[in-house]
Amino acid sequence: MGSHQYANPAADAADDVLLRVKDLEVEFNTSKGVATAVNGMNFEVKRGQALGILGESGSGKSVTARAIMGILDMPPAHIPRGEILLEGEDLLTVAPRRHRQLVGSRVSMVFQDALTALNPVHPVGRQIGELYRVHRGYSRRDAKAAAIKMMEKVKIPAAAKRVNDYPHRFSGGMRQRIVIAMALALDPVLLIADEPTTALDVTVQAQILELLKEQQEERNMGLILITHDISVVREVTDQVAVMYAGRVVEHGPTAEVLSRPGHPYSRGLAASIAGEELKGQRLPAIPGTPPDLLHLPAGCSFANRCAFATEACAASIPALELIDEARHSACFHTREVLAHANA
Amino acid sequence: MLGYTVRRILQMVPVVLGATFIIYALTFLMPGDPVAALTGSRPLPESTVQQIRLAYRLDDPFLVQYGNYMLGLLQGNFGIDFFGRPVLGLILERLPVTFALAMTAWVLKLAIGLAIGVYGGLRNGQAGDHFALVFTVIFLGIPGFVIALGAQTVFGVQLGWVDPAGIRAGWPLAFILPALVMAIEASAGLARLTRTSLVDVLRAEYLRTARAKGLSPRRVIWGHALRNAMIPVVTYLGLSLAGMLGGAVIIEAIFNMPGIGGLMVTAINNKEGTVVVGIATMLVLVYLVFNLLVDLLYGIIDPRVRI
Repeated sequence: MGSHQYANPAADAADDVLLRVKDLEVEFNTSKGVATAVNGMNFEVKRGQALGILGESGSGKSVTARAIMGILDMPPAHIPRGEILLEGEDLLTVAPRRHRQLVGSRVSMVFQDALTALNPVHPVGRQIGELYRVHRGYSRRDAKAAAIKMMEKVKIPAAAKRVNDYPHRFSGGMRQRIVIAMALALDPVLLIADEPTTALDVTVQAQILELLKEQQEERNMGLILITHDISVVREVTDQVAVMYAGRVVEHGPTAEVLSRPGHPYSRGLAASIAGEELKGQRLPAIPGTPPDLLHLPAGCSFANRCAFATEACAASIPALELIDEARHSACFHTREVLAHANA
Repeated sequence: MLGYTVRRILQMVPVVLGATFIIYALTFLMPGDPVAALTGSRPLPESTVQQIRLAYRLDDPFLVQYGNYMLGLLQGNFGIDFFGRPVLGLILERLPVTFALAMTAWVLKLAIGLAIGVYGGLRNGQAGDHFALVFTVIFLGIPGFVIALGAQTVFGVQLGWVDPAGIRAGWPLAFILPALVMAIEASAGLARLTRTSLVDVLRAEYLRTARAKGLSPRRVIWGHALRNAMIPVVTYLGLSLAGMLGGAVIIEAIFNMPGIGGLMVTAINNKEGTVVVGIATMLVLVYLVFNLLVDLLYGIIDPRVRI
């Protein structure tokens, strides 16, 4: 796809690239036909880097995360094309045994709703300890001790006392901390957080984000933060990939993409943030609705909602191309969009 | 836990009162005269009839009879039948047979139902699942007595593997066929409940989490899915154990087993109110106790309702 993509594990290792997703496609068989949820996804995450994946509901953010973790329900999902290279190993083609070794230990995931993500009939300590028992062969007692240590690390008060409590005995924020403890238990090189604060109230959101950020920096981990919340992306991430209709439409340093967007869609997103200067006015929204994933258009998926669209946009899909230093955009009219922003 | 148990036992009191009252009223309202039924075609002298009526206080008003009966019950006295035998003794003499039959059937049903249900649930939508579905539909569709008579004819009479009737062979040999008949019929419902519950649990987010932890499929199923899937099943199982006692009554009649069922049928034919009500009261008590046990067990299997 984009000219900056090269698949060379040795080069990846030298560049500290932890994860490289290449031309990933995910389709779902539905009763109405095949829905393309992820449609040629390309991105990379380096060691110590926090990448935000920003997009609206149905843009393929969570499906991408699940594809990386290998927890898509297949069927109905299937992956016709693409590579997911974790430290050079393609997670889509490794043997199931190897996959289970990598997932949960080298790459792990924090889920959106901690209440449903935790098993209601097992104490939290056992759910954290299970990772040590399965991946590292710890004894029951050692696993419990390690679980307590992990609970302390994510700042759960009185961890030693609460290790035998069940998930429903914890508050929403504490439950999310337990999910994070589980994800960090085996020192992963890459952590994927799928809308980790969406189910929490605002004050708790800030604490959880702070914890994630702090742990990421302390461990020099790669972090993928999936969200539809621009302020979350701005607070936590260095890089952002903006997704629309199953593909990345813009990719670059967070501050730059949000302040000087190069794709009409990111421009629309950035403009829709409520701020002081918009007080008393209608919030600018992007007109129209996202395309039907069952019938994606032949050209640019955003063309029908785009003020910059021309005939070329309906004819073919613009590739993700380098537009500036370390910045990529998939739009035929990026120059215009940037010029608009500067004006 | 203790407080909860005590409260539950106290709640049983009005249930027992209500249930016995209804049963007592129904036996009281049964057409025909108990004394006449006792003597059959040869009428007794009027004076003897009067004596019996007096001795059993059959001429008292209904509420007085019921009150006396309940007073006796409170002292553990279930009354006597027309031959002067204590009803409690009659019941206790036959209860072991019924209990053995019901328990055997219940355990078999557990094994068959869970096996089919888990198999179908794990193969949701595949051929194995459809096979399990067909099995359950067949056994839900055939009336129990047809299976019972059929099994009796084939295995008891034609093949001669077991005695077609009676309990001379003792447990387990004499109980296997009748228990299996009960179990097969009852396991269909259990299998479908287990299957549905498991399919639901397999879609749960926490199973996704379990897979994201890099656990083997076996560990995901045994460690995370099954216990959750069993939560609704346990409730059903406990209640069905009590239901099995009721089902045993019919099977006992078909296989000629000297259990509570036979006693009940005789008592109803003879209009022996004390025996009928005694058995019914006993079954109500057993049912309530199982209900309580289920609720306590429920708390153990599902920590969210721990009491």
